[in-house]
Amino acid sequence: MAWFKREGGELDTSGEKKVRTEGLWVKCDQCRQIIWKKDLAENLNVCPKCDRHFRIDARTRLAHLLDDNQYEVEDDNLSSTDPLKFVDLKSYRQRLQQAQGDSGLKDAVINARGKLEGRPVIVSAMEYSFIGGSMGAVVGEAIARAVERATDSQTPLVIVSASGGARMMEGVVSLMQLAKISAALARMHEARVPYVSVLTDPTTGGVTASYAMLGDLNIAEPGALIGFAGPRVIEQTIRQKLPEGFQRSEFLLEHGMLDAVVHRKQLKPYIARALAFMAAA
Amino acid sequence: MKRVAVTTKHGGAGTGTARAREGSDGVFAVSEFLLSMVESLWAASLDGRQDKMESAIKAQHELERIEQQIEQLESLAGDNQAAHRKLQQLHERVNALRLQIYAHLNAWEKTELARHPQRPYLLDYVERIFTDWSELHGDRAFGDDPAIICGMARFHGDEVLVLGHQKARDTKQKVYRNFGMPNPEGYRKALRAMHMAEKFGRPIFTFVDTPGAYPGLGAEERGQAEAIARNLREMARLKVPIVTTITGEGGSGGALAIAVADRVLMMENAIYSVISPEGCASIMWRDAGKKELAAQALRITASDLRELGCVDEIVAEPEGGAHRDHDAAAALLDAALQKNYCPLKKIPAPEIVATRYNKFRQMAQFFHEE
Repeated sequence: MAWFKREGGELDTSGEKKVRTEGLWVKCDQCRQIIWKKDLAENLNVCPKCDRHFRIDARTRLAHLLDDNQYEVEDDNLSSTDPLKFVDLKSYRQRLQQAQGDSGLKDAVINARGKLEGRPVIVSAMEYSFIGGSMGAVVGEAIARAVERATDSQTPLVIVSASGGARMMEGVVSLMQLAKISAALARMHEARVPYVSVLTDPTTGGVTASYAMLGDLNIAEPGALIGFAGPRVIEQTIRQKLPEGFQRSEFLLEHGMLDAVVHRKQLKPYIARALAFMAAA
Repeated sequence: MKRVAVTTKHGGAGTGTARAREGSDGVFAVSEFLLSMVESLWAASLDGRQDKMESAIKAQHELERIEQQIEQLESLAGDNQAAHRKLQQLHERVNALRLQIYAHLNAWEKTELARHPQRPYLLDYVERIFTDWSELHGDRAFGDDPAIICGMARFHGDEVLVLGHQKARDTKQKVYRNFGMPNPEGYRKALRAMHMAEKFGRPIFTFVDTPGAYPGLGAEERGQAEAIARNLREMARLKVPIVTTITGEGGSGGALAIAVADRVLMMENAIYSVISPEGCASIMWRDAGKKELAAQALRITASDLRELGCVDEIVAEPEGGAHRDHDAAAALLDAALQKNYCPLKKIPAPEIVATRYNKFRQMAQFFHEE
């Protein structure tokens, strides 16, 4: 017979453990360091200990890149018509509404016009949290407009990609966006307007296989997953484990697919340097 | 007819022929019985008493078997006119049922047709539609990819470049062709050939039939994405007419990488999609078995693509599908190619590039503007 008896039977362990940190701390998923959120934000969302680049949303990205966080947003009046009336376990319409509610955006990209170290630029920043940053008719149209606007106004273009690829729920309509944007980039190429493509974690599928790889410079943040096919698909196809670091920025750099891997802190000065090189002599 | 000769050889014995006839009567009865079973099964599925998709697949399978039996019986029947008439009737019933089933094909069944192992592949079309084919190999950088073939050819007398995915039928060849899934060097070879054609003002015919670009380790290392992206950009600015036909599977970026064209045609039973139905099912339903649902939801058939404004014209196929008659399929495709290619010849180069740009720029305007 135990001296101390627990009254009321077993302890209830079903609910979540309530450690009240009020979301003040995050754990780095690479080095497992606990970081104070404010410190992380001040460090541009890069782990102060191991340099792990956390994913950031489109607005934060624009704040990092554009002078004084001052910019004009364009093409924010576009939204999808759900061309296929796609329904899986949930309807696409519902998924869209939820993503719009959560992000306050109409779709997975923000087009902005501002200045980068004093130089006028057009920036398209993708929002990964919006249905995986996937590209349907709206993202396709927004980016095509940004490209055309850059071409017409002879303004350098920076596209920051963060996307799983084409949006399945818009089927072949999404696929056609690859051709549409690439055609617009062909014109921009001929007009000799600078285009810097920034690939961030993750950039895969149809986005990599179109505009993300078509920059005058293709640069990436450290450790970003970049590829055409997803790692799981490749593993299933070749039936072997993939090597460490496969499809990471450094891997692509080594294989000659990127001009540079640039730390987030260096990103803005690097782009400014590139634009100076590309500016009309 | 061959069998007749055999029977006459043994004809003197008499008993042999009689036994053969008895046997064939039995086979005929079995075929007829099977056919009526298939017919009632199909009827039941149309009333919704049976799962339509399942019975369509089963029925097609059975019909093929019955046809084989009919063929055997035909050769056994010799000069027995009554038997021939009965067989003819049976044959007509098979055909009528097959047409009925094809008219009710859904997206998944079309996917299976698009992947049918007897479906004509590019080389089958090349030998029937083009003349003076000489193949071009290699991307001048890494290697030659047999999953994409390119060649100089003549189309009704005109010098043209022909290129596209090539699949194969036997295992060894399938491996050689990598099941029609190109590596980056395949796309780079295609682009090199297209630039060469542009340089000499030759129009380009491309043919798409691929499950997709190959998702392999080496493909990633050598820049699969970059190869596709570059093709998309460069094809948009080629100053010669381009006609693309989706002949079988149009598998996502791997298909589009050779399909940025002035005219995009699609065979009646071909599919064109951003992801395979199986892939979509395993992501969205978390169950690859839901491929029929996914195929339907993705809208990948020729009529869907036409409706969505992503292809210009649907090319008819022979009754029951291109795999049933390669010559007829090639003849229909030839006519469609001529019809679409001839008007392009008259358009001057700058205009053709501008028109192609607008075609893709306008493509799939599925968004609201407020």
